[in-house]
Amino acid sequence: MEARLLSPLGVALGFAVAFAATFEADARTLRWAAAGDSLTLDPHAQNEGPTHTMSHQIYEPLLQRDMEGQIIPALATEWAPLEDDPEVWEFNLREGVTFHDGTPFTADDVVFSLNRAMEESSGMKTLLASVAEVSKVDDHTVHVRTDGPNPLLPNNLTNLFMMSEAWAHEHGVEMPQDFAAGEENYAVRNTNGTGAFRLVSREPDSRTVLEINPDYWGHGEFPMEISELIFTPIQSASTRVAALLSGEVDLILDVPVQDLDRVSEAAGLDVRTAPQNRTIFFGMNVGDDELEHSDVRGENPFADVRVREALNIALDREAIQQVVMRGQSAPTGVIVPPFVNGWTEDLDAYPEADLERARELMVEAGYGDGFTVTLHCPNDRYINDEGICQAAAGMFGRIGVRVDLEAQVKERHFPLIENLQTDFYLLGWGVPTYDSEYVFNFLYHTQTDRYGGWNATRYSNPDMDEKIQSLSSMVDIDARDALIADIWEEAKNEVIYLPIHHQVLNWGMKSEIEFDVQPEDQPHFKFLQYTATN
Amino acid sequence: MTETLPKPAMERSGRFARLWGSDIAWSYRRSPVTIVASIVVAILIVAAVFAPWITPQNPFNPAGLNLMDGFTPPMTANEFSGNFFVLGTDDQGRDMYSAILYGARISLFVGVMAVLFAAVLGVTLGLLAGYRGGWLDTVIMRIADVQLSFPAILIALMIFGIARGFIPPGSRDQMAVWVLIISIGLSDWVQYARTVRGATFVEMRKDYVQAARLIGVRPLKIMFRHVLPNVMGPVLVIATIGLALAIIAEATLSYLGVGVPVTSPSLGTLIRIGQDFLFSGEWWIILFPAVTLLALALSVNLLGDWLRDALNPKLR
Amino acid sequence: MIAFVLRRFAQAVIVMLAVALVAFVMFRFMGDPITNLLGQDATVADRQAMMERLGLDRPMPVQYFDFISRAVQGDFGISYRMARPVSEVILERLPATLELAAVSGLMALLLGVSFGVYTALRRDGWLSHVIMTVSLIGVSLPTFLIGILLIWVFAVELGWLPSFGRGETIQIGWWRTGFLTESGLKSLILPAITLGLFQMTLIMRLVRSEMLEVLRTDYIRFARARGLSSRAINFGHALKNTLVPVITITGLQLGAIIAFAIITETVFQWPGVGLLFINAIKFVDVPVMSAYLLLIALIFVTINLIVDLLYYAVDPRLRVERPKAADTT
Repeated sequence: MEARLLSPLGVALGFAVAFAATFEADARTLRWAAAGDSLTLDPHAQNEGPTHTMSHQIYEPLLQRDMEGQIIPALATEWAPLEDDPEVWEFNLREGVTFHDGTPFTADDVVFSLNRAMEESSGMKTLLASVAEVSKVDDHTVHVRTDGPNPLLPNNLTNLFMMSEAWAHEHGVEMPQDFAAGEENYAVRNTNGTGAFRLVSREPDSRTVLEINPDYWGHGEFPMEISELIFTPIQSASTRVAALLSGEVDLILDVPVQDLDRVSEAAGLDVRTAPQNRTIFFGMNVGDDELEHSDVRGENPFADVRVREALNIALDREAIQQVVMRGQSAPTGVIVPPFVNGWTEDLDAYPEADLERARELMVEAGYGDGFTVTLHCPNDRYINDEGICQAAAGMFGRIGVRVDLEAQVKERHFPLIENLQTDFYLLGWGVPTYDSEYVFNFLYHTQTDRYGGWNATRYSNPDMDEKIQSLSSMVDIDARDALIADIWEEAKNEVIYLPIHHQVLNWGMKSEIEFDVQPEDQPHFKFLQYTATN
Repeated sequence: MTETLPKPAMERSGRFARLWGSDIAWSYRRSPVTIVASIVVAILIVAAVFAPWITPQNPFNPAGLNLMDGFTPPMTANEFSGNFFVLGTDDQGRDMYSAILYGARISLFVGVMAVLFAAVLGVTLGLLAGYRGGWLDTVIMRIADVQLSFPAILIALMIFGIARGFIPPGSRDQMAVWVLIISIGLSDWVQYARTVRGATFVEMRKDYVQAARLIGVRPLKIMFRHVLPNVMGPVLVIATIGLALAIIAEATLSYLGVGVPVTSPSLGTLIRIGQDFLFSGEWWIILFPAVTLLALALSVNLLGDWLRDALNPKLR
Repeated sequence: MIAFVLRRFAQAVIVMLAVALVAFVMFRFMGDPITNLLGQDATVADRQAMMERLGLDRPMPVQYFDFISRAVQGDFGISYRMARPVSEVILERLPATLELAAVSGLMALLLGVSFGVYTALRRDGWLSHVIMTVSLIGVSLPTFLIGILLIWVFAVELGWLPSFGRGETIQIGWWRTGFLTESGLKSLILPAITLGLFQMTLIMRLVRSEMLEVLRTDYIRFARARGLSSRAINFGHALKNTLVPVITITGLQLGAIIAFAIITETVFQWPGVGLLFINAIKFVDVPVMSAYLLLIALIFVTINLIVDLLYYAVDPRLRVERPKAADTT
């Protein structure tokens, strides 16, 4: 540290480090638990919540969101489209940042990382679908050129992490791990980020230990009160609660709704709640000529909008909210949460459950006697996902749609959606870009190489596709918002999804911890503070 | 599971018929625990068999459940629907009383079928091995030895895992009960085979069997007319204890989340569901199924224990 | 002697080959390995190339032989779920299971023998009845219920002991141990009781019935007649005579404990191979399943072989038959 004080980097940084060091004298260890482990430490391999959560402690994106969801600087300090060329965004990079191995962070690393995230094996490539070229201007300036102007590019960069180019070459990890092909590389188990914490040890599925990065640029800017961070995935929700109640862990994500009272009444524990940036809904195969998992042959009942509408009004969202979710959800009629640009109260309105009308619609559609269909459901991904599916199966059953429920672990559920092997499924979707375009791209656009990656409804509407594609290059924000509203109206009338509710997040923690619930269920531990007492 | 030493029971088996009239009945009357256990088992079996007629609701039909009935405490009327539930309801509005009887029905069905499967397989192989001897005996008993050195639950889990992998995903749920029966049954045939084989050897050396063979009585007839009745005692003991084991095995697999589907819960599934509400005050969701499972398994076990002791006076 | 050892050894190898065949069939035919590796979009040419690369186009016996030779070298392929070499994952998880199994086994042996002797000697004492009744309930209670009960009482209501996981662990070489930290030892208690309880009842009942048999034998009666103290008779003669089968069964039970750990590990989220296996079944992660199958088979065969050889060394009379762990269920 003395050497650093003498270094040309300046006294200011030295102060920041020394200042932070006094706090760290406490050597606080925070033990936290969540249901799922990170799938891989390769930051570009998977676009998945728990994976990003872990990556966010170790790696950093150019831009990040604060706990309220606002975009704030991370590795980029300023960003704006060039005045003379709206197709190019200029990013000024933070100076004096080093990777955990000591190499400085420069524009070359940004160029390398963004290109890496656009490789075929990357799980993040859809987010960069509009990017044509990334180029270095000088050591701390980068230009990103898009196909046509993309005013919302920064929204897509908050989970795109920066890796060290030199480190990647040294260890042969120029390409992201090909997760689908069961491939492994050095970056899956080793890290070299710029983030607030460094990896100490990792046993997948059982324990990951991080320690504070003493050279982090953000000392003094963020609280940085944790010196050691121990993560334990605990799959079973009741075990997770038991661990918090008995003091084995200090903080847990996703307190089961039935245990909220117990946790908040326990001495020294609190529950912090916030609406989550995630909506839960059912998807139906509306596009195929015949359903694979149904007793109807020769035609597809879901292709008839009356059947879809019947299911939509057979769903008693309020009962699900009241009983399955114990009040901890916001029933909805649209598949984007209120945080997102394009969401309106009108869209959010949902129909009253009306069994009689639903039965009439079934008769009109020629399915008065009903039909059977298999509903695929995860049982370890969303809050009470299996319970929602069971309840919905009963509700659909009352209008003659006999549902065979197949609930299984998320690793088996999601491939069914990705590979179009399901006709009726539960899915939850968060919008990290906070803009409707993300939802349209993934869930409404016809499935192609670059779009519709999670649209397992087989819905294809060329007119809508064209509108969706034009969104990315619209510079006039008002016109763009009008087009978004237009697309939503059409989408809602088509009823290809049955929205259920927006999730509410509950984190349980020791009372002395001051920590806001982040709407994407991603704790960023550099923000965590302890109250002065204790 | 127990100190099962089938050997002594086996030697005594010749006297089984004679014991039945006097000693067995006498020892039954003398053992209040056994009387209680048999009554509990009888009640549960009757209740499970007649479940559809003595329950207010079919818990396996999702359309018949009302979600708003969910989490009603026992002996209480639901605040929305006004429906009254003796044992309360679970998270889906399933009446616990109905769910337990239907669950016990699955548990008993799987248990009995698995035991039958294991017994028929084991007795057949045991008779064959004992009667034919030679290489057939060696092969069967080698397999038995190997299998015996693995715990049954592990074998059941393996067979279940393998079967699940081969069954197309769409029909997994419908097949689950049968896969369970075969997995548990296949894991438990060895004891029957060993016991029956031993007894067959003993019987085969007896004069009357030798004589019967000499005068040309067909092997099948010898096996079924002379050998089989003499081994029924020990087989009954093994089957009774095996039933308790099979019920626990089914509950365990379902608890582990690899048994019957959640829409048609067995006792083990109900306990797995109830565990989520252990801390939140809805104790009835786990307590009643757990007590039922315990009562069932314990009573069957007690009957098995009693039966073994009754057939083996040496330990009495 | 050598013939006996060789025969036992040959039998062990045959068993392993048979189990390997099951594992191979799973590995080769369950699911579609090509689709698992290439994804749905693969072209026919890609699939053909992959088939050749993996040697899946060769005759079955050759593939089986290849499977075995790779398994012997510890190569079980890549886990579908974790995208990591299976052997690495299993090696990482094995210490947790072995430590839990060792503690449970030791506990079961010590308590089982003590209770067994006590209940045999005081057949009609009230404490014996209590012990016997509790043990019967213990046998009838599924392991998972015992675990839940213990968690509820000792972790949630009383807050004395941890409810999940292994606590702090220390890495020694490739072995990660929980024996050296306080939280590690505390974490062991509840799972070890849950796992060991069943084996304890088994040993207790075995010791009890063996003791009862021995106490009835002539030589004990002669010893009594000679006026030996009951202490000398009970412990010097009776117990000594029961120990051979007890130790055998305990040895065999060690394998059972490792297998039963599947349930205990699920209840306590204990990061061992059992939990790994259950997750593999739910995911149909075939490489992990077949590797676990082989591993467990190897453990069982080895234990059986050792017990057989020990038996032969200790008691030549028993060189053909020995008591089996009658029902290790």
